[in-house]
Amino acid sequence: MIRFAHVSKDYPKGAALKNVSLHVAKGEFVFLTGHSGAGKSTILKMMYGELRPSAGDVRVSGYSIGDLSAGDVPKLRRRLGVVFQDFRLLEDRTAEENVAFALEVTGARRDGIPARVMRVLTQVGLAAKAHAYPQELSGGEQQRVAIARALVLDPAILIADEPTGNLDERATRGVFQLIREINAAGTCVVMATHDLDLVKQTTYRTIELREGQIVYDSGAEAGAAAAEDDL
Amino acid sequence: MRLLLREAFAAFRRAPLLSALSITTIGFSLYAVGLFALVAVNMKEALRLVEQRVEVVAYLLHGTPPESIALASQDIAAFPEVERVTFVSEDEALKRARAELVEFRDAYRDLAVNPLPASLEISLKDGYRDADHTAAVAARLKGYGFIDDVRYGREWIEKLDRLRNIAGLVGLMIGLAFAAVAVVIIGVTIRLTVLQRAREIQVMRLVGATHGFIRGPFLLEGAIKGLLGGLVAIALSYGTYTLLRGQIQLATSDIVFLRSSQVALGVCFGVAIGFLGSLMSVERHLRNV
Repeated sequence: MIRFAHVSKDYPKGAALKNVSLHVAKGEFVFLTGHSGAGKSTILKMMYGELRPSAGDVRVSGYSIGDLSAGDVPKLRRRLGVVFQDFRLLEDRTAEENVAFALEVTGARRDGIPARVMRVLTQVGLAAKAHAYPQELSGGEQQRVAIARALVLDPAILIADEPTGNLDERATRGVFQLIREINAAGTCVVMATHDLDLVKQTTYRTIELREGQIVYDSGAEAGAAAAEDDL
Repeated sequence: MRLLLREAFAAFRRAPLLSALSITTIGFSLYAVGLFALVAVNMKEALRLVEQRVEVVAYLLHGTPPESIALASQDIAAFPEVERVTFVSEDEALKRARAELVEFRDAYRDLAVNPLPASLEISLKDGYRDADHTAAVAARLKGYGFIDDVRYGREWIEKLDRLRNIAGLVGLMIGLAFAAVAVVIIGVTIRLTVLQRAREIQVMRLVGATHGFIRGPFLLEGAIKGLLGGLVAIALSYGTYTLLRGQIQLATSDIVFLRSSQVALGVCFGVAIGFLGSLMSVERHLRNV
């Protein structure tokens, strides 16, 4: 599903990633941990084609990120769902419209949109608040809308950059539970987090980064073996 | 296509104040250009009215046979610069002098012999009423044996020439400056509206909308704003024209408004700036999220 082979990312200020190699298999759940600036976001941004490697090879869902053409970027992103710490919802649209927006702007058939939107809003537990605007929702609910928007395109991979970073403990538990359910249904999840309590709750594979290098990977071998056949 | 239209118009509904503000800004920027155009067009019109009075008068020797005059008139009328040749006989000249020079009416009445010569009044075509062409025509007229003297107000025409050149140059420079200011102001306004929707562009990119799809509504919105701004500018300019008409007179006639082709050009200018301004702003956002 995802493969990084000897990947580096250099900036004028210094290297953000140094010789990172990792494999993530289909359906796997992977935590990326580490301090701010350790390189978590750089890895995630490469996964959804926002950054390109300075050296090495990144493959995601069959696309080589280093050789991505402008026309390939939208195609890659339609196979991924991405959620952020700050939700990135459109404030002037309801929950329902925010989710529908993802379908509309990717050219989905109009007559199928309402049903698909309701299905994912139900899945994230927000069917009753479909007509609420983001500012009328709690942080946890807003993140659920963002997750619904990511899910509505049926992604093979869900990329989550600190999805619980802005949430209180209760909302964090709910959102994390939702992400686990999504993974249980077969979607590969890569989640960057600071929250070591979350990481300790589960037995999911954990990759720890420090100064742009992988210093710990709880499932490197299993991941590598599984990744061989699904790329 | 339907989504494109819906999204473009939804932008006006979602941010009515900003939309109204940007249309007004575009409108007033183009209004400044329109006002300048109005001044330029009327200055040109005034010059044209003055130019129409450019005339070469050839005084004929007393006793020139009418056949020679008729023949020469035809000849002169065939000059490329010449619009019309009018023969003024000695009697007519006297009649005119009596009518126009009231102070000398008595003197002219008692004359035993008419002292005034016959003449050919030659008016020139548009585009030939400058010092060089007028002098050339005058020189050719002097070649006729029966033409005694040629007058055309050389100094006056040279002044007119200079005025025309200065007006043209200053007009061009001020016009370009006004247009440049309008482009900058409109560009900033459009960028502001795109900036306000940066989050939207970011989300569209994130979920995999193609660049073409992202651009579409913004370009349409920009073009519509340009169009509406252009119409506002035309309305304001016309209002100003209506107020001034009757207050300001050109040499002999009322001030004129822009021709419909010029109005259309102004509106197209608005649409083009709206479109290009949006294109440039959106491209910036497409390059870096």
